[in-house]
Amino acid sequence: MTTKKVISLNFQEEVEKSEIPVIIDFWASWCGPCQMMGPVFEELSEDFVGKLKFVKVNIEEEENLPAQFEVSGIPCLIVTKDGKEIDRIVGFVPKEALKEKIESILG
Amino acid sequence: MKKEGKEVVKENYDLIIIGAGGTGLAAGMYASRLGLKTLVLGTPHGSELPIGGVITTTNVVENYPGFKKIGGMELARKIEEHARNYEDITIKTEKAESVEKMKTCFNIKTEKEGYKSKAIIFATGTKWRKLPKTVKGSEKFDRRGINYCALCDGPLYRGKTVAVIGGSDSAAIDALILAQYADKVYMIYRGEKIHPEPTNLEKIKENKKIKVINKTNVIEVKGSSKAESVTLDKPYKKKKELEVNAVFVAIGHKVLSGLAKDIGVKTNKKDEIIIDHKNCLTNVKGIFAAGDVTDKEFKQLIIGVADGCTAAYSAYQYITKEKIETCD
Repeated sequence: MTTKKVISLNFQEEVEKSEIPVIIDFWASWCGPCQMMGPVFEELSEDFVGKLKFVKVNIEEEENLPAQFEVSGIPCLIVTKDGKEIDRIVGFVPKEALKEKIESILG
Repeated sequence: MKKEGKEVVKENYDLIIIGAGGTGLAAGMYASRLGLKTLVLGTPHGSELPIGGVITTTNVVENYPGFKKIGGMELARKIEEHARNYEDITIKTEKAESVEKMKTCFNIKTEKEGYKSKAIIFATGTKWRKLPKTVKGSEKFDRRGINYCALCDGPLYRGKTVAVIGGSDSAAIDALILAQYADKVYMIYRGEKIHPEPTNLEKIKENKKIKVINKTNVIEVKGSSKAESVTLDKPYKKKKELEVNAVFVAIGHKVLSGLAKDIGVKTNKKDEIIIDHKNCLTNVKGIFAAGDVTDKEFKQLIIGVADGCTAAYSAYQYITKEKIETCD
């Protein structure tokens, strides 16, 4: 498993100070589509080692970060560079389509 | 509908159930009890829902016998776990892409594999109906403030104002879930009067956070990067524009019967598969249907589960009576 849990307390360390772009999965345990996205996110984290850091924010435990990023619906994947959003993907996306989308975001 | 250049491995089953919601899982359990080698195919790309189906989006289930009160996701997990307990059942999260009738059996292709089966049960269910394109801003703000799962997204709107579009029991349940978090919930319904089940109607009336607006349509969703207001076709308290942080759409469901129709299964005007209500038979021999995809009026998990069992028993009888030994 190469994904990491992030909360406000370690956000600066894990996201803002990351030397590579970061993709944040905003999710919750009660959300069906998030349950679908979870394993896809885990699998893709293996494909982007060293290029993109995969982290997860559980909105059940963390209220500040969803508000900070204006997350309006989950699952929501936000790609950041130096802590700033560069793109977002909302709703469940199948693995291959998500991989392509991430590749196009990273250029 | 053959996939060119793709070598398909054939695996044989007695019964393939398309759809892995409560209905499909219950059908799988019974088929397995009857000794049928059974495959249940989930639809990860189609429905966006995990195994367990639509019940996973329900906050609390209070009408399933044996459980006074249980979370929808938890109930789905229990049903899945129970189904997996049987030896003759295989559950896969693959989307069925085509069904073809052969001499005695059916060929089913998914995005990954090909299978043969002596009989089929369609338990494909339904999917949320999207806000129509005629509502301005519906595409621009889709998933950017226009949401479909109150249970998933409700906690993001603590202290905010949201609108629910719809007047059904599902819409009322959404409004009640959202009222746990939001400060104000508008329930906007185009018809004369909202029509939830009496128990939920009472809860709506008692909840001071919920404001019901009947006989009104939302004609536009406005905002910058996400939804910020809705425009109504007639004024509410002298204003046609309501400031909201999100819109939750609960205007019914689209029936997922396309695959069944492709193979000649008859449907009604609502696209629901027409079944014989006694045995869950369709007009096509060897094809059965159960759950929300059928023309049964009352769409409930308990009904899907019961009809799933009936369909499995009918499939068993069909295979036995027709003496279908093998698909080869």
